[in-house]
Amino acid sequence: MYNYKHYCKNLHKYIHIVDVCFFTVSQEQIKNLYQRFQQLSGNHEKISRDDLERIPALNNNPIRKQIITAFFDKRNQHQNDVGSLDEIGFEQFLMVMSHFRPVNSTATEEEKVTVRKQKLRFLFNMHDTDNDGIITLDEYRTVVEELLSQSGAIETEVARSIADAAMLEVASTNVPHMAPDDFYEGITFEHFEQILKGIEMESRMSIRFLDMNTATMRCGKLSS
Amino acid sequence: ALKGEERKSRSTKDSGGSSTLRLTGLLCLLFLVFFSRGFASHDVVSEKSSGTTQEDSRSQANSTAHKKTFPVLSFNYEHVRTPFEISLWILLALFMKLGFHIIPTVSHIVPESCLLIFVGLLVGGIIKATGEQPPILDSNLFFLYLLPPIILDAGYFLPMRPFTENIGTILMFAMVGTLWNVFFIGGMMYAVCQIDAAKLAHVDLLSCLLFGSIISAVDPVSVLAVFEEIHINELLHILVFGESLLNDAVTVVLYHLFKEFAHEQAITVTGAVLGVISFFVVSLGGVMVGVIYGIVGAFTSRFTSYSRVIEPLFVFLYSYMAYLSAEIFHLSGIMSLIACGVIMRPYVEANISHKSYTTVKYFLKMWSSVSDTLIFIFLGVSTVAGPHTWNWIFVIFTVIFCLVSRVLGVIGLTAFMNKFRIVKLTKKDQFIIAYGGLRGAIAFSLGFLLNNNEIKNLFLTAIITVIFFTVFVQGMTIRPLVELLAVKKKKESKESINEEIHTQFLDHLLTGIEDICGHYGHHHWKDKLNRFNKTYVKRWLIAGERSTEPQLISFYNKMELKQAMMMVESGSAAKLPTIVSTVSIRNVQAKGSPKPSRAISKSREEEIRRVLRANLQNTRQRLRSYSRYELLNDALEDDISEARFRKQKEMERRMSHYLTVPANRQETPPVRKVFFQQEHKVYTYDDSESPRGRASPSCADDVSELKETPEKPDQSSTPRANRDAELKPKEQDDQGDQLKVSRCLSDPGPNPEDDEDSTFLP
Repeated sequence: MYNYKHYCKNLHKYIHIVDVCFFTVSQEQIKNLYQRFQQLSGNHEKISRDDLERIPALNNNPIRKQIITAFFDKRNQHQNDVGSLDEIGFEQFLMVMSHFRPVNSTATEEEKVTVRKQKLRFLFNMHDTDNDGIITLDEYRTVVEELLSQSGAIETEVARSIADAAMLEVASTNVPHMAPDDFYEGITFEHFEQILKGIEMESRMSIRFLDMNTATMRCGKLSS
Repeated sequence: ALKGEERKSRSTKDSGGSSTLRLTGLLCLLFLVFFSRGFASHDVVSEKSSGTTQEDSRSQANSTAHKKTFPVLSFNYEHVRTPFEISLWILLALFMKLGFHIIPTVSHIVPESCLLIFVGLLVGGIIKATGEQPPILDSNLFFLYLLPPIILDAGYFLPMRPFTENIGTILMFAMVGTLWNVFFIGGMMYAVCQIDAAKLAHVDLLSCLLFGSIISAVDPVSVLAVFEEIHINELLHILVFGESLLNDAVTVVLYHLFKEFAHEQAITVTGAVLGVISFFVVSLGGVMVGVIYGIVGAFTSRFTSYSRVIEPLFVFLYSYMAYLSAEIFHLSGIMSLIACGVIMRPYVEANISHKSYTTVKYFLKMWSSVSDTLIFIFLGVSTVAGPHTWNWIFVIFTVIFCLVSRVLGVIGLTAFMNKFRIVKLTKKDQFIIAYGGLRGAIAFSLGFLLNNNEIKNLFLTAIITVIFFTVFVQGMTIRPLVELLAVKKKKESKESINEEIHTQFLDHLLTGIEDICGHYGHHHWKDKLNRFNKTYVKRWLIAGERSTEPQLISFYNKMELKQAMMMVESGSAAKLPTIVSTVSIRNVQAKGSPKPSRAISKSREEEIRRVLRANLQNTRQRLRSYSRYELLNDALEDDISEARFRKQKEMERRMSHYLTVPANRQETPPVRKVFFQQEHKVYTYDDSESPRGRASPSCADDVSELKETPEKPDQSSTPRANRDAELKPKEQDDQGDQLKVSRCLSDPGPNPEDDEDSTFLP
C-alpha cells in the first residue's frame, strides 16, 4: 500500500512536473504510476538501477541497458544537467515517463513541434552516451549491435556494415556535397531530426497508458 | 492483320446467326474502330459486306462439292467458341485500359472505373441495338473467377503495420457500421414503402432488410479502383479499404439470414440468436480456414527450392483453395483469402527466390487488373441488359438513405473510437471515410442471386442506381474534394535504413517502458507474438538459415540486393543513377589520423581505392557477361551475392596483410615496399582490366598523387574505410569513380603508371 498522505501532499507538484511540457495527465494515471513506483522501490523513497533490473519482463529486451540508463540520465530531467544519478525519486521517474505522453489532438502546431523535439531529444540522449552532442559512428554501431544482440550469433561485421550504411545515409541526406576529404563527425541533433522526420514521433513514441482521461478527480483541487 | 480480321468475321458469319457470334463479330468491329482510330472503319465495313456475299457463294459451293472433295480449308467455330469469346472479352477490357492511358486528358478528370462502366454501357447498347440479348454479369462467374484475384492481390500486399495498428477501428466500422447501415436503410425503406404514393405496399419488412443487407456493404473493388488514383494518406486508405474487406462476414451472414427468413415472413428470437452465432462462425471460421491454408502454403514453400519455377503457383493455388473451401461452408471467402495471404506472406517471401517473388507480384497485379476492368465493363453491359422496374420514389430514397446512414454511422463510430485512439480522426478524415463508402459489383451480384420475383427487378434497379451514383458522382468528385480539403496525401516512402533501425528501436523501447510501468499494453503483446513467431513458427516454416535471421538484417540484405541488382542490370556506366551526393563511406568513418599526415593518407587512399575499384570493375564485367546468356540467368542472382562476399573476403585478406605491417614505423621504404608489392600483385591479377592507358586529366590527378613522398602510413581506419568503401556496390562515390575508370579504360595509350610502378618496386 502506498503512502497516501505523502502522495496527496505532493500531488500538485507531480502534476506540475508533468504539466510543464504541455502534458496533462489525469490524477488517476499519476496514482497508478505512483503505485507502480512504490512496488518497484519496495516502498522506499527512491529506486536504484537494481530495482529496475530486477523486472523479469525486461530480460528479453535487447536494449534494456539503455532503457534503464535513460531513467538515471540527468539530461532527461529538463534541467540542463549532465551525468547520471544513482537513485531517482518519483518526481524524476515521472519526468522520464512524461516523454511518452501522446500529444493532445487539440494541441497547436507549435506545441506539437515542441513535443516532437522533446521525444527526439530523449532518443538522441539514449544514443549519445558520451554527451558530446553528436552520435558518432562508434556510438551508432553500439546501438545496432545492441539491437541485434538478442538474435543469436550475429557477426559483428554485419552489425557494423548496417551501422555504416545508416551513417552514410544520414550524411548523404543532410550534407549532400562533401568534398572527398571532409569528415562527417557524427549525427547532430538537427540531422537526427531530419532523418527521422518520416516517423510521426508524436503518435509513435507514446504509451496509451498515459492517455489523457478526464476521469475522476481524487484528492484535492486540480485545474483541468 | 486486316486479312486475319476479315477471315474471322467471315467465319463468324458463316456458322449461322447465333447471338454470341454476332457479338464477337461486332467486337472485332469495335477493336478495329478503336485501334485504327477510324480511318480503316469504312474499309472494314465494305470488306465485311463483300465477305458476306463471297461466303454465301462459297458455302453453296462447299455444300455441293462436300460429298466429293477433301476440304482443304474448313472451319469449325463451335469447337473454340467459349475460349474464343472469353479471350475476346478480355482483349476488349485490355484495349480499354490501354486506351484510357493513351488519352491523357480524360483520365485526369474521370476515374478509370467510370470510363469502364461507360464503355460497358456502350457495348451493351450496341449489342442490344442489334436485337440480341447482352450477357449479364453471371454471379457464379463473378464470385468464383473475377473477385478472388482482386482480393488476393489486396490481401497479399496489405500493409501490415497500419492494418494492425488500426484493427480496432477497422473492425468497428466493418461490423458495427455495416450493421447500422443495414438496419437503418432496411427500416427506412420499409417506412417509405408504406407511403401510398409509392405503390410499394407489397414489399414487406424482411425484404427491405434483405435489400438493406445487400446495399449497405462498402465494396472493395470500387474502393480500390477509386482510392488508388487519389493517393490518399495511408491511414485513411487502410481504414476504408480494411473496412470494405472485413465487412464481408457481416454481409454474408445477414444476406443468408434474411433470405432464409424471407419466405417465413417473420424472424423468431431463436433465428436472431442463431444469426449472431452464425456471424461468429462465419467470420472466425473463414479466418481459420485461411490460416490453415496459409500455414500449409508456407510449409510447402520451404521445400520448393527443388523446383523454383512452380513456386508462384503454390501461392496462387493455396490462396484460391482457401477461398473455395470457405465458400463450400458458406463461410466468408474474402476473410479466408485475406487471412491466407497475410499469414503466408512473410514465410513464403523468406523462402522463395527473388524471381518467384517478382512473378507472384506481377501475376497478382495483372490478374487483379484484368478482373477489375472486366467487372466494371460487365456492370455496364448488365445495366443495359437487365429487366428494370423503375420506381422513382424507391430509387431516390434508397440513394438518400444510403448517404445519410453512411454519414451518421461514420460520425457516431468515430466519436466512439476516438476515445480509444492515439491518433484521433479529424472531421476531414471522417468526411473522406464517409465519402469513400462506395458500393460496387458485389452488391449487384448478390442482388442478382435473389429469387426471381417482381421485387427482384425493383431491387436490382435501385442497386444499380446506387452503384452508379457512388462510382460516378462520388468517384469523380472525391479527387477535387481531396485537393480542396487539403487532405494529407501519401508520402513518398523511401526505404531508409535509419527509419528501419529506429522503428525497431522504438518497438523495443516502448515495450521496455510498458514493462517498467507494469502495463500490459499493445507493445507488450506484440513483442510476445514476435518472440513466439521467432522461436517456434519461423523454425518450421522457413527453410535453412533464414529462419534465424533478424528482421533488421533481412531488411538490410534486401536493400543491398536491390542496389546490387540495380547496378548490375544498369550495365554500362552511362546508365548509372544520378549521383545526388558525393558523400562516401570515407567521409563518415573515423579518421583517427592527425592532420599532418593527411596528404599521405590521401595518396595511399587513392592507390588502394584504384586497386579495389579495378577489381570491382572486373567483377562487374563478369556479371554483365553472364546476364547476356538466358541459360545462365539464374546464376546472375547467385553471382551478385557471391560477388559481394568474394569481394569482402578478398578485401579482408588484403587489408589484414596491410594492417599487420606496424603502422608507426618511421622508415618508410620497407613499408612502401610491402605496400606496392601488394599492389603489384593485384595489378597482374587484373591484367586485362587494369587501368591502362589513362590519358584523361582525372587519371593524371591520381598519378600525380603517387609522386608524393610517402611518409608515415595512415592509421588502420583509413584503409579499412576504403575497404568498406569498395565493399558496397551502392557507393555513389564509387559510381562516380567508375565513370572515370570506364572512360579511362576506353582510351588506349601510354601508361605512365606502369613506369611509376617499376621505379618503386625493389
